[in-house]
Amino acid sequence: MAAGGGIDPISQFQIKPIVPLRPFGLDLSFSNASLFMALTVAAVSLIMVYGSSQRATVPGRLQSLAEIIYEFVASTVTGVMGKQGMVFFPFVFSLFMFVLMANMLGMIPGAFTVTSHIIVTAAFAFLVIGVVLVYGIMKHGSHFFGLFVPSGVPGWLLPFMVLIEAVSFVSRPISLSLRLFGNMLAGHIALKVFGGFVVALLAGGGIGYVIAPLPLLLAIALTALEFLVAFLQAYVFAILTCVYLNDALHPGH
Amino acid sequence: MDATAAKYLGAGLACLGMGLAAIGVGSIFGNFLSGALRNPSAADGQFGRAFIGAALAEGLGIFCFVVALVLMFVL
Repeated sequence: MAAGGGIDPISQFQIKPIVPLRPFGLDLSFSNASLFMALTVAAVSLIMVYGSSQRATVPGRLQSLAEIIYEFVASTVTGVMGKQGMVFFPFVFSLFMFVLMANMLGMIPGAFTVTSHIIVTAAFAFLVIGVVLVYGIMKHGSHFFGLFVPSGVPGWLLPFMVLIEAVSFVSRPISLSLRLFGNMLAGHIALKVFGGFVVALLAGGGIGYVIAPLPLLLAIALTALEFLVAFLQAYVFAILTCVYLNDALHPGH
Repeated sequence: MDATAAKYLGAGLACLGMGLAAIGVGSIFGNFLSGALRNPSAADGQFGRAFIGAALAEGLGIFCFVVALVLMFVL
C-alpha cells in the first residue's frame, strides 16, 4: 500500500511467497494463495465434519448450517439433472463449498481472495469440462457428439449449426472461469478504490473532511453487495456446472 | 494520438459494454419478477433458470471488464 493519496488497487492480488521452495528450478513456494486455499479447505472441512458429527435429531446451529447447505445443493442438482444427477453431487458440492468459502474468506479485510486469480477459476472450469467430456464419452460413446447436432434442423443449415454448437461448447470453460474471476476481481478493486477515495480526501484536508463520509458510506454498501455477489457467484458456478454435466448425462436434444 | 491516451480511451469505451450487459440482466430479472407475480406458485421452479440467464448475460459484461483491465494493466 502506497503512502499518501495514490493507493494501488491491484497490489492486493499480489502473490507473495511465505516459505520459498525452489526444487529443480520450479517455483513451489508456499505463498499467501496456498495459505488461503488451505484455510478454505480447513474451514469447509470443519463446518461439514464437525457439523455432521453430532447427528442430533434436533440440530444445533452448526448442524443446521451443514444441513441447509446440503439440501440447498442437493435441490439444485436434482432440479437441473433429475434423480440420476446425484452421482455428481459430491463433485458439485465440493466445488460449491470451495468457491463459496474462498469468496467469503476473501471478504475479510486484508485477506487474499483465491478466486480472484484466473488460474484458480480456469483450473476449476477445465476440470468441469473435462469431467463432462470423459463421462459423456464413457457413458454414451460416439452418441455423446449428438450434442453438437441439433435435431429438426434443415440439412443445408446443419453445418453452420454444428459449428455454432461446437464454438459454444468450447467457449464454456472460458466464460465459466472468466465470470467468477471477473466478478471477484471487480468487486475487490471497487472496494479498494472507494477506500482510497476516503484516504485521499482526508489527506487533502479542508473540504475533504466534509465529503469523506460519502465514499465511506458507499464502501460499506459495496461490502454488503460483495457478500451477496460472493454467494451468488458460487451458486451460479454450481448451477452452470450442473447444466454442463446434464449434457454429459442426457446428450440427446 | 498518444498510445497511453488511446489505451485509457479504449478502457473507457469497453466499460460501455458493461452498461449494456446491465440492461440484459435487468430485463431478465424484470421479466422473471413480472411472471412470478402473475403465477407465484410456478416461480420457485424457474428460479434457477432466471439465474442461469442472468449469469450468461452478466458474463458478457465481465468480458468487457476484462478487456478494460487488460488495456489498463497488461498491454
